[in-house]
Amino acid sequence: MSELTREETEALIQEVLEVYPDKARKDRAKHLAVNDQSVEQSKKCITSNRKSLPGVMTVRGCAYAGSKGVVWGPIKDMIHVSHGPIGCGQYSRAGRRNYYVGTTGVDTFGTMNFTSDFQEKDIVFGGDKKLAKLIGEIETLFPLHKGISVQSECPIGLIGDDIEAVSKKAAKEMDKPIVPVRCEGFRGVSQSLGHHIANDSIRDWVLDKRDGQPFEATPYDVSIIGDYNIGGDAWASRILIEEMGLRVVSQWAGDGTLAEIEKTPKVKLNLLHCYRSMNYISRHMEEKYGIPWLEYNFFGPTKIAESLRAIAAHFDEHIKEGAERVIARYQPMMEAVIAKYKPRLQGKTVMLYVGGLRPRHVIGAYEDLGMQVIGTGYEFAHNDDYDRTIKEMGNATLLYDDATGFELEEFIKRMKPDLVGSGIKEKYVFQKMGIPLRQMHSWDYSGPYHGYDGFAIFARDMDMAISNPCWSKQTPPWKKQPELGDSTAPVAEGELKKVA
Amino acid sequence: MGKLRQAAIYGKGGIGKSTTTQNLVAALAEIGKKVMIVGCDPKADSTRLILHSKAQNSVMGLAAEAGSVEDLELEDVMSVGYGGIKCVESGGPEPGVGCAGRGVITAINFLEEEGAYDEDLEFVFYDVLGDVVCGGFAMPIRENKAQEIYIVCSGEMMAMYAANNIAKGIVKYANSGGVRLAGLICNSRNTDREDELIMALAAKLGTQMIHFIPRHNIVQHAEIRRMTVIEYDPTAAQADEYRTLAKKIVANKNFVIPTPVTMDELEELLMEFGILQADDESIIGKTAAQLAAEQAGALAAA
Repeated sequence: MSELTREETEALIQEVLEVYPDKARKDRAKHLAVNDQSVEQSKKCITSNRKSLPGVMTVRGCAYAGSKGVVWGPIKDMIHVSHGPIGCGQYSRAGRRNYYVGTTGVDTFGTMNFTSDFQEKDIVFGGDKKLAKLIGEIETLFPLHKGISVQSECPIGLIGDDIEAVSKKAAKEMDKPIVPVRCEGFRGVSQSLGHHIANDSIRDWVLDKRDGQPFEATPYDVSIIGDYNIGGDAWASRILIEEMGLRVVSQWAGDGTLAEIEKTPKVKLNLLHCYRSMNYISRHMEEKYGIPWLEYNFFGPTKIAESLRAIAAHFDEHIKEGAERVIARYQPMMEAVIAKYKPRLQGKTVMLYVGGLRPRHVIGAYEDLGMQVIGTGYEFAHNDDYDRTIKEMGNATLLYDDATGFELEEFIKRMKPDLVGSGIKEKYVFQKMGIPLRQMHSWDYSGPYHGYDGFAIFARDMDMAISNPCWSKQTPPWKKQPELGDSTAPVAEGELKKVA
Repeated sequence: MGKLRQAAIYGKGGIGKSTTTQNLVAALAEIGKKVMIVGCDPKADSTRLILHSKAQNSVMGLAAEAGSVEDLELEDVMSVGYGGIKCVESGGPEPGVGCAGRGVITAINFLEEEGAYDEDLEFVFYDVLGDVVCGGFAMPIRENKAQEIYIVCSGEMMAMYAANNIAKGIVKYANSGGVRLAGLICNSRNTDREDELIMALAAKLGTQMIHFIPRHNIVQHAEIRRMTVIEYDPTAAQADEYRTLAKKIVANKNFVIPTPVTMDELEELLMEFGILQADDESIIGKTAAQLAAEQAGALAAA
């Protein structure tokens, strides 16, 4: 473990930039920063949401991934058609662990892959007829679906198919919503534009469908927006909201339904978990329906208590008491968790590299366990995300935007964190370097991590990773004494030090 | 196998590419050459005069029926017409949908894979859609395909603009794939000093006007019967024009990387021949009312 001073961190950035050609160095320098809590606006210290440089091994996704994979995909009672060649749909199928309740293939469809499976002739002659046909087939084979979204893959935009016209016509015939989404992968610089496009399509094709319809409202109606229910996160959050006395009218996208989206404009307050992917629709509802929205953070007891009180502040005494009651109820459980794991985790350091929310949201949970986040960065954040990150991170910690494979490896080799929290693409790189890694996109097939229940699992998982004896027990091949006549020569001493 | 020569015919839409190509190919067949025409236009009307048909079944049309292009055999897509000329149409979507360029790419790849370019063949002519709007329509001039390009044009301004633009496209592929400009074919529209003008343009582009085809009604008479002039009336003088063109092309060795001109140079040439008036800078951007007022002012001053 090492805690670097501001000067040392700056020097580290310079050293890493050194290897780039001039143009790349100039560009990457803008995406790397040393945190300074006194900075009010992140744009003064870091650049984000820009095109990645070719050849740097970015881990970003595309607009289709943002729309189909994140925003639309988890809406469980709709069928999301990957419109285009087979790969996009098949390789993104059921990968994100958005849990849901229902009978798959009958009334819910979350883990299935629906695709128009474009062939050469569909490119040449256009795919509109095929789309119309498959919509009809869906209606016949899966009559309990509540609607369809058409998720455009790249060729749709290239050949100019009129998916809007097909959708409108079929929706009228079927009397169910069909939402065309122009999320072609080549649009934008990352999956982030896909989130925005998907939000806009919810706004334009779904959200106002129940305007003016009767609704039995209560003063305590809220929605949970932007929780994707990975490993059951949204469920672990919802019970707290309900326990404090609020009524959750809608919850999406995780374990969400079309009807819930349509009813969202009826609520009193929108509770926004993932700001990056769903702030657009929350802002829209604020403008159009006057519904305020609130970002909350349910990672770790400190942030949960803060968030519960912030939510309660929007309501009357009854709810405020409810929040206190919930906090008090779970306190002994939280104390027990911390008493068990903190002694083993106290002082351990973490470096994070995740998508657009967690690089700041999980910091509090680590701190509750006595750990310290010494570096963090986002794949596809914008400056408003970094604005929110600066205050969460300690001074002189490291920030990296759209980090390259090289940068991440070098930073981690040099800062030697006790744990890395990142994704599957990073996992084995760092584990082979002898550094424990927990996947912070999929929770490493564990979870939930949200809420009080989630924190107990989070603490256990982090302890399991860090305290696992395997990391000190294995000797990598390059550290072994070469036997006489061994053809694999030992590497130079300098190389050894670097990895050690 | 004798050396197979592959040529592509480009030119502004409506200039007479398909008619000229088919008459030329008929003339080549007449002197015993083994020739194939590949139509690269979704309209699929590049072979009708040879086959006496409305439009032949195209590669992409048949592929769509069969499921995919892999399900087709060469015999399905190739027809033989006048003088043993082999005919293939790439085909493609109706206007406004899909991607016609991809259709051309798919069809030509299919022909290559299926061995359509057999050993006896001496000439292949690609008849390409008027505007090279995307990579697909440049397919015939990419590596290992057409090595010589003929541009059909006339003494009209837009036809010459188009010829110059096509020359620009050829430069790109000349450097990467070895394709060369082989000449301009003037398909006369009876404009003034048309032959001189096209020869002047050819000189500027670094090439030749390989032949001047006069305008004659008999071409239309033959077309109504879905025939080439060569077949319809072999004794006609117009048939001899196509025969001459054919002979010139057989003997042609003048293959160049073109030197396309700038817009200004082209306009100068057109002005020289009186096709374009010099710009009057004083009237640009002025409405009829403004001009009338100015004229009235000038009259009053006089």
